Amino acid sequence: MDIFSEKTILTVSRLTALLRGVLEENFEQLWVQGEVSNLSYPSSGHCYFTLKDAGAQLRCVMFKGAVKNLKFRLTDGMALIARGRISVYDQRGEYQLICEYMEPAGIGALQTAFVQLKEKLALEGLFAESHKINLPRFPRKIGVITSPTGAAIHDILNVLKRRFASLEVLLYPVRVQGEGSALEIARAIDEMNRIVKVDVLIVGRGGGSLEDLWAFNEEVVARAVYRSKIPIISAVGHETDWSICDFVADLRAPTPSAAAELVIASTEELRGQVEALSHRLRRSIESLLMGYDGRLTGLRRALHDPRTMLGHLAQRMDDLTGRLELGLNVAVSRRRDRFERLQDALHHNDPKGRIDTLRQRISLLSVRAEHSLAQRLEVIRQGFGDNAARLEVLSPLKTLARGYTIATRDRDGTVVTDAGTLTIGEQLLLKLYQGQAHCRVESLETGKT
Amino acid sequence: MATDKFEASLKKLEEIVKHLENGSLSLEDSLKAFEEGVKHAAFCSGRLDDAERRVEILLKQKDGSLKREPFETGEN
Repeated sequence: MDIFSEKTILTVSRLTALLRGVLEENFEQLWVQGEVSNLSYPSSGHCYFTLKDAGAQLRCVMFKGAVKNLKFRLTDGMALIARGRISVYDQRGEYQLICEYMEPAGIGALQTAFVQLKEKLALEGLFAESHKINLPRFPRKIGVITSPTGAAIHDILNVLKRRFASLEVLLYPVRVQGEGSALEIARAIDEMNRIVKVDVLIVGRGGGSLEDLWAFNEEVVARAVYRSKIPIISAVGHETDWSICDFVADLRAPTPSAAAELVIASTEELRGQVEALSHRLRRSIESLLMGYDGRLTGLRRALHDPRTMLGHLAQRMDDLTGRLELGLNVAVSRRRDRFERLQDALHHNDPKGRIDTLRQRISLLSVRAEHSLAQRLEVIRQGFGDNAARLEVLSPLKTLARGYTIATRDRDGTVVTDAGTLTIGEQLLLKLYQGQAHCRVESLETGKT
Repeated sequence: MATDKFEASLKKLEEIVKHLENGSLSLEDSLKAFEEGVKHAAFCSGRLDDAERRVEILLKQKDGSLKREPFETGEN
């Protein structure tokens, strides 16, 4: 059939089918780059969008099967490189690119997928600190989800061996890369939670390319880690590799070896704690006992030995005796002093002294008296001499010389002038001019002679 | 679970030490507490030491169940 003949009239369907044939035949495998727009992800699971640049647009579709394998989600405005073939959508008369594979232009598809999943999960709260479980302080059983032939398990076991860590290790063998590995890892996490009781889980693998580590960036793994009731340490690749699994895990270790160190660290810290407590326990009881010992010593010192007490008493007595003697001496000497003072005073007022004084005065007075008497006598004597001459005349002696006598009584020497006073036999003394005579009254004649 | 017992013992040890350091106990009670503390310390350090280092691998059986077997690490 000649379609270009004037007599040939084609139906729309026929032409479209013809065009499709031409396009499909000539644009079977090609790469196209453009910017994504008019993006839609309907519930059918297919994906529709337009790739455009400054001058043209290209309708694109990616069917469900290919979308499932896509590691990232398209967004409007994204620069994209798509691989596919050109076909025609008959019903709308549009040609379109049927995409089999796509990746973001500029950065790799995996990188984009990583960033996108990370954003999505972060938004959902899968990385929330509040959801993270603390590592047990005393892990005794650890589960390891990794390849039984990989470097990770050997690194972990080496660390445990080197550090003499006494731990039970249960390995759940999984593939850690390749198709389906992510699902295996996720299932292992779920199963460990369901069946085996371990204190902590290490999920990871040794270093590799981003593609090698990809399983740990899969959403299915992230969700399993989030679900896990057992604390999970994520240890994927090297220090610089960050996986989605790292973000969701309760703890991220830079490497599998580091994960083992982390597990041991808490045990060793615990051991240190027990040792420190033991030390404090001993020290506190020691100081307590020392305190009691000190108190006891003090009390013992306070509680005197009776012998010592006797000694003290004896000493005290000696002391008191000494003081007593001293006091006595003082008292005596004080009294002696007083006595001597009194004696002095007494001496001072001694009547003997006064007597002497008086005696002296008397003798003095006597001398004066004698002297004055002598003087007086002298005066008298002189006077007497004068008067004697004058008395001569009146002297009874003259009278006696003339023969007169003076009779005196022997009894009392009185001069007898009256015979009447005499008695017979009475002795009389007769004084004569010369000498005297003792006489006795023989008779009496009273009256005037 | 052993961990709980260990934690309980460690906690008790901590309490006893604090009590003793407080100095509020009588001599007799102090000695009792010390004795108890020593027991807890021995238990705890014993627990830390006595775990055996065992490495096992879980093998999936045909019926889907898991079986433990010693894991040959390839070390000497």
